[in-house]
Amino acid sequence: MKRLISLVLALTMVLTFAACKKDPTQNGGKDDEKMKVGLICLHDENSTYDKNFIDAFKVACAEADVEAVIVTNKAESGECKEAALDLVDQGCTLIFADSFGHEPYMLEAAKECPDVHFCHATGTNAHTANQPNFHNAFAAIYEGRYLAGIAAGMKLNEMIEAGKFKASEAKMGYVGAYTYAEVISGYTSFYLGAKSVCPTVTMEVKFTGSWYNETLEKEVAQALIGRGCKLISQHADSMGAPTACEDAGVPNVSYNGSTLTACPNTFIVSSRIDWAPYYLYCINALKNGEKIDTDWTGTLETGSVVLTEINEKVAAKGTVEKIDAVKADLKAGKIHVFATDAFTVKGKKLTSYMADIDSDPNYTPDTEVIKDGYFQESVYRSAPAFDLQIDGITFVGDPKF
Amino acid sequence: MRFHIVKRDQLVWWKSWGVRILSVIVGLLVSALVTVVLTGDNPIQVFATMVDGAFGTERRLWTLGQGIAILLCISLAVTPAFKMRFWNIGAEGQALMGGFAAATCMLFLGDKMPTGILLCVIAVSSILAGAIWALIPAYFKARFGTNETLFTLMMNYIAIQIISFFVYKWSNPVGSGKIGVINPDTRAGWFPIIAGKTYLLNILIVAVLTIAMFIYLKYSKHGYEIAVVGESENTARYIGIDVKRVILRTMFLSGALCGITGFLLVCGTDHTITRETIAGRGFTAIMVSWLAKFNPIFMIITSFLLVFFEKGATQISTQFGLNDSFSEIITGIIIFFIIGSEFFLNYKLKRDEKKGVAK
Repeated sequence: MKRLISLVLALTMVLTFAACKKDPTQNGGKDDEKMKVGLICLHDENSTYDKNFIDAFKVACAEADVEAVIVTNKAESGECKEAALDLVDQGCTLIFADSFGHEPYMLEAAKECPDVHFCHATGTNAHTANQPNFHNAFAAIYEGRYLAGIAAGMKLNEMIEAGKFKASEAKMGYVGAYTYAEVISGYTSFYLGAKSVCPTVTMEVKFTGSWYNETLEKEVAQALIGRGCKLISQHADSMGAPTACEDAGVPNVSYNGSTLTACPNTFIVSSRIDWAPYYLYCINALKNGEKIDTDWTGTLETGSVVLTEINEKVAAKGTVEKIDAVKADLKAGKIHVFATDAFTVKGKKLTSYMADIDSDPNYTPDTEVIKDGYFQESVYRSAPAFDLQIDGITFVGDPKF
Repeated sequence: MRFHIVKRDQLVWWKSWGVRILSVIVGLLVSALVTVVLTGDNPIQVFATMVDGAFGTERRLWTLGQGIAILLCISLAVTPAFKMRFWNIGAEGQALMGGFAAATCMLFLGDKMPTGILLCVIAVSSILAGAIWALIPAYFKARFGTNETLFTLMMNYIAIQIISFFVYKWSNPVGSGKIGVINPDTRAGWFPIIAGKTYLLNILIVAVLTIAMFIYLKYSKHGYEIAVVGESENTARYIGIDVKRVILRTMFLSGALCGITGFLLVCGTDHTITRETIAGRGFTAIMVSWLAKFNPIFMIITSFLLVFFEKGATQISTQFGLNDSFSEIITGIIIFFIIGSEFFLNYKLKRDEKKGVAK
């Protein structure tokens, strides 16, 4: 009993302490206040993935002159829903979340608070959820990866010309997180970019089964280098693969942002999604009373798909010019990343493919995505849907882990 | 000058109070100092933010209650085992297996029976799953005298790998490594919302369990046997207690309660399973149980303290743009002082009277 009383007293202490100062958040929702916008992140800025979102969010909120509330380290569980509803209580009228697994909890929150808009990046369910205040967004990042792939292919060509290895030995390695469309679409577009300039290139992919595992990503990159891969790229969120490349002196095409400072001798270029245009789009839509797209796709045009500065020290000569030229063609619609002429599946050209666009538990293919001679990626929904295994790309180990 | 440590007699109540309150004050002062030195922020404002994060709105109060309920439930689970001096540090894995059983039932039986019956089936399977996971090390301890600390610890990793395997196998969409919310439309296997409060049922269940555990440990014959085995196995044997039986029975109970924790987390909170579902609570529970000296009623307060700090810490990181790690530092400092005070309640420092006796 004594212990009980003492702890209660101790707490009273803490509370009295705290009550001394008025809390800055508790000033209610006055009309003349700035609009409040929330962002829920899976990790914090230590993850390159979340940092990319946080930086863009700060930029967008500063530009639109709205108050930004950022909550980090929210797991893909009931915690995400609690965080979203708590942001509503704080007066946010627009709430974003950054991780794929946050989606069902954001949708739940959207159902509970019909007056607040919930925007979920990378998700797939908004277009079928029939919930007017719930939205998905993604970017046509496959175009960015294609451009980064060109830089990779040109680097391989340069190494072949320098006599470092034969054209038939041009093999790249790719560290992937998981085996679903978002990753598959990414590495396939990267490979096709490289192949467009270096026709003999092949690629080996190994999966880690995690979005963030620095040690494992590093080990996988080292294993791929040991298997004779001449260049490495990755789709996972740590510095594991880039540092493995720097240690081994193998060129690296990065993701989510520049890794130049840590890897000055091997970093070529990185593609990334700039989320600021999307944030600005949503904030302005809400301010002007306009509708927010259910399923928004950022492109090269909207400034959502971007490349970092190219590291001229490592990149092959002429890379910048070549990428600029191809970028112009992509923008103009002259070329398409997933043109059916550019790849084969089991030795055959693809003429028809039904993809699972409307997500359902049984992954029923529901939409024909081959049209006008190319795979219509990010057309029927923003999140990637390309999940074919094309020739030239092989897996190391069992892709199902 | 030299000191040595002497065990002290039981302090009078107002003295032991004084020591504890002092420890919290010193803890707060030190963390205030650390705050000013490292961030330059006003420490009082930082504490105020912590309180706001835990109590600020009605929703936060409910979340706080839910957090306490879950942590308390898993702490109740480890308590009988600890009281028996059986170092069950496998609560994490046992709860995970309970949650896994719950998620499996939701996935495969969701459309086969009404939710009321389904919830009963899930409850039984979660309890069994947790209990079996605890009985395995208990059996080896009772039969072969294996080290239960290592055994239960290793069982955690096995549980985590099993969950990883199935979460990947059943992931939606295929290959994404996430099951996502189970039965979002039918809500089969979800806890009913009582009086408009999502977490009320969780809190009620744990409240009942807390009282039951208090009575079980304090007034039942089983509780007495646990205490005797904990004090001395030989004494227990001498007065005719079947020690092996008590070990197995107590670990069954411990694992069953862990299973219930998993059940509450999957059916009553997250409606999904991941390898992080238990989120380290199985280890935090050890601290909750020890700080409360294995008394279930005091454990309400110790789990409150820990959850309060956690919620407050999150609010600090949001409001001040500080990293989560910073709030963990503050929590750590305060808990350090609280635990430290227990030392000074049991021992005192005494200055050596003779000089140069020992080298």
